[in-house]
Amino acid sequence: MRKVYNKVLSVAGNVITVKAEGVGYEELAEITTRRGKSLAQVIKLDGDIVSLQVFAGSRGVSTSDEVRFLGHPMQVAFSDDMLGRIFTGSGVPRDGGPEITENLIPIAGPSVNPAKRIIPKRMIRTNIPMIDVFNSLVGSQKLPIFSVSGEPYNELLARIALQAEVDMIILGGIGLKFDEYMRFRNRLEEGGALGRSIFFIHTAADPVVEGLMVPDLALAVAEKFALQGKEVLVLLTDMTNFADSLKEIAITMEQVPSNRGYPGDLYSQLASRYEKAVDFEGAGAITILAVTTMPGDDVTHPVPDNTGYITEGQFYLRNGRIEPFGSLSRLKQQVNADTRKDHRAIMDGMIQLYAQYLESQEKRSMGFRMSPWDEKLLKYGNLFESGMMDLSVNIPLEEALERGWSILAQCFKPEETGLRSELVKEFWPKTVKAEEESEAVEA
Amino acid sequence: MTQQRGTITGINGNMLTVEFEGTITQNEVGYTVRGDERLKSEVIRIQDNRAFLQVFESTKGLAVGDTVEFTGELLSIQLGPGLLGQIFDGLQNPLPELAEAHGFFLPRGVILDPLGERRWQFTPDARKGDVVRAGDVLGSVPETQFTHRIMVPFDFQGEFTIESIQDEGEYSVRDEIATLKGPRGQTHSLSMQFSWPVKLPVRAYREKILPTEPLVTRVRIIDTFFPVARGGTYCIPGPFGAGKTVLQQITSRYAEVDIVIIAACGERAGEIVETMREFPELIDPRTGRSLMERTIIIANTSSMPVAAREASVYTATTLGEYYRQMGLDVLLLADSTSRWAQAMRELSGRLEEIPGEEAFPAYLESRIAEFYERAGLIQLNDGGQGSLTIGGTVSPAGGNFEEPVTQATLKVVGAFHGLTRARSDARRYPAIDPLDSWSKYESIVPAETIRISREFLEKGSDVRQMMMVVGEEGTSLDDFIVYLKSEFFDAVYLQQNAFDKVDAATSPDRQKYKMEKIREILTTTFHFKDKETARTFFYDLRQKFIDWNYIEWKSDEFKKQEKEIDALIKGNAEHA
Repeated sequence: MRKVYNKVLSVAGNVITVKAEGVGYEELAEITTRRGKSLAQVIKLDGDIVSLQVFAGSRGVSTSDEVRFLGHPMQVAFSDDMLGRIFTGSGVPRDGGPEITENLIPIAGPSVNPAKRIIPKRMIRTNIPMIDVFNSLVGSQKLPIFSVSGEPYNELLARIALQAEVDMIILGGIGLKFDEYMRFRNRLEEGGALGRSIFFIHTAADPVVEGLMVPDLALAVAEKFALQGKEVLVLLTDMTNFADSLKEIAITMEQVPSNRGYPGDLYSQLASRYEKAVDFEGAGAITILAVTTMPGDDVTHPVPDNTGYITEGQFYLRNGRIEPFGSLSRLKQQVNADTRKDHRAIMDGMIQLYAQYLESQEKRSMGFRMSPWDEKLLKYGNLFESGMMDLSVNIPLEEALERGWSILAQCFKPEETGLRSELVKEFWPKTVKAEEESEAVEA
Repeated sequence: MTQQRGTITGINGNMLTVEFEGTITQNEVGYTVRGDERLKSEVIRIQDNRAFLQVFESTKGLAVGDTVEFTGELLSIQLGPGLLGQIFDGLQNPLPELAEAHGFFLPRGVILDPLGERRWQFTPDARKGDVVRAGDVLGSVPETQFTHRIMVPFDFQGEFTIESIQDEGEYSVRDEIATLKGPRGQTHSLSMQFSWPVKLPVRAYREKILPTEPLVTRVRIIDTFFPVARGGTYCIPGPFGAGKTVLQQITSRYAEVDIVIIAACGERAGEIVETMREFPELIDPRTGRSLMERTIIIANTSSMPVAAREASVYTATTLGEYYRQMGLDVLLLADSTSRWAQAMRELSGRLEEIPGEEAFPAYLESRIAEFYERAGLIQLNDGGQGSLTIGGTVSPAGGNFEEPVTQATLKVVGAFHGLTRARSDARRYPAIDPLDSWSKYESIVPAETIRISREFLEKGSDVRQMMMVVGEEGTSLDDFIVYLKSEFFDAVYLQQNAFDKVDAATSPDRQKYKMEKIREILTTTFHFKDKETARTFFYDLRQKFIDWNYIEWKSDEFKKQEKEIDALIKGNAEHA
């Protein structure tokens, strides 16, 4: 029988302290207030003074409330019954269904031994050319979507979730707006994917601390399924809210902030979650896609900045499109050599030309005369944006590559593209060439 | 020595407050005992009867009142034959063996022997009665393609006389190999392994000398423009996605050194896994042996315990110093030193030290300087030379070089390879900025050629800036040609395709040869009737040159392509 304490010494922010003995670090406690019961986690031990962060927040906590230590750290259930279910950030059902208490597993478990990791080789096709052609998504990759409020990032997540070839989807919502959450749910339901999904949802209306647990819950469950051989896609939205919760607790604990109020261990905190992405040799894999909204569209803000250093690339979602610049899949080299031999050349060549297009566009907007070369680039840029970048484009990789060659051939002579001669010989569309030359004369 | 014990009185993250009685040493190792688990930790501050310890593992479940056993030993690693080809965590735990014993996940509180049970063929070099000092050679064993010297432990102070030494034969690292008699008459038994505290530099050599010889990386922009010297230091700061790690990976493959030590410090696990899995398969053309045989990997990736991350950099450096003592050229690649600095910052915060800039501790600069100062070219006791070159990546917050870690690093390194977002966005790899980077070491290419080509880069950049304002039509044809020449030079020389078999590594000879060809092009006066024809010409030339880059050095095809290039130049050059 665990001991019960009835004297709360201090309440500051969402952290309370009690005097207690024999308490383990990161142990859970249950606090009973007039508002009901809430879980709390030990975050500091100093002599017999125990600091706890209260998941439901400290509002309404009175100094004589009952604190009961549970003798174990945070756990979550793991079972096939969880498929199609929706839970809160404390791991209890929020869909009115029965509670699942069988097979409890600890969350935030140890890190995978790098010696047991394997080089990821499986491309996850999404039929979005900006991903498949230019920044291929790879099984066991961790990728954030950098975006700003108002952009359709959750729609993009849902679309990838529906189209990606994975066994199951685990959604972790942190500070998610209620309607966003409902939309997400409905989208997966319409797509027939709800039955292979598990949701851990913390909405903007829920207590802040509860959101802190969501990534760990989602990833702990994902890890177990992956060990059983499942290809799991974990979607987290929005990790900036997660970082903000960390900040709130750190400030309450009077930690020295490092950058814009965020704690010095923000990098390690984020890394310990993202690094759960893994391809288990002989079993399944975890792929993580996480939305990170950039406050003020500033990529140097500590949250996107630290995230970028941890993740294997990033997608920038701006103006409803995945930006070719800045967007990067670090693992693409692992898979795009074996798709088609022109894949890499098209990927690099088209982006280099698009960069030049942007320069020409800038010159034009400043009122400079356009040289014939600029005109070619402008034509190219427009075709590229409508034929490749637009998010409504939904075509398989091979078709996208063909389209790439066709766009190039409509605008340039082969030697202007910087592509290797042998590839040009093989892939340059013969039919468009005449048309292109006649246009060049016109220009 | 009686064992010191203490009791935990506080836990905050990975830092413990421990009450003790008796004597405690700064940086000594203590073990936190919880049931069967013994968690390694290090004393980092002592105050009255309280010691502050950083725990190298997760502190989950530890409680106030738990016991800590102090060892009296500083944090050390084991040195001896059998280190090459290994993969360790930051505390020298062999990761593959750990995986074999414990599966997918890293268990807490497990410590394995880093050197193993293997027997080595020992040949004595010293004789009974010889007088030796720290770092002197007693004998050797063959380890992969190297002669691994068995030396007098580096912490032996003064002169010792060899009382006995084993004959040629097979021994394990624990067998006695020699006995020495010390200055005060005491006898020491030596085996092939000994330990060294990682945070102290090894100084068992005659003197340090100025590094002047180039360390060839076979990356053109580095060797030609921002060279690194054997025994020198350099840093690679850059925002995320600019290609720091890829550049380190290329260097670890192609650099012309004996031994490469890769410290994956707080970075992505996936990246080091590539190296771990690929190196054993890759053959080093210079030796005909697997690359892994000249490599040691220290993998303390971002989700592994933070305190061990702090230690990992020191572990790697100590290993580098050890092999340098054998007269070898060692290259240490640390990726990333910022994560190491952040580990110090986390710790400093928990110690409630007064923070410096961006909450980094005030001693950040001196720690960084100490680290890079452990590099160097040395003259050994026997007159031979060995070198340790250190290259560290820096991951500045927001890609802004005006931050404490980058600035502190720039003060102490010999070369700066600054990666920029602008270049990586334009897919100009390696994204080393050719105008901002610098090196204090000497290039393999004649200085005059460098001066001329640099001038073109600078002028080209000026013209480009100007064109942004006045447009192409406002630029003179001459200026425009300068711009085209600099762009051409950038595309065919500074940029290098890391994923092409041939282009990924350019030998020094080929670099010199190419640079002369480029110099010729840059200094040739061309005559074009307008900008369009100029552009077409240079794009044509670029295409031919890039194709040339992909062709094997000195092959027939290589010569054929060169003729085509020459013809193209001749056809358009103006002969006054």
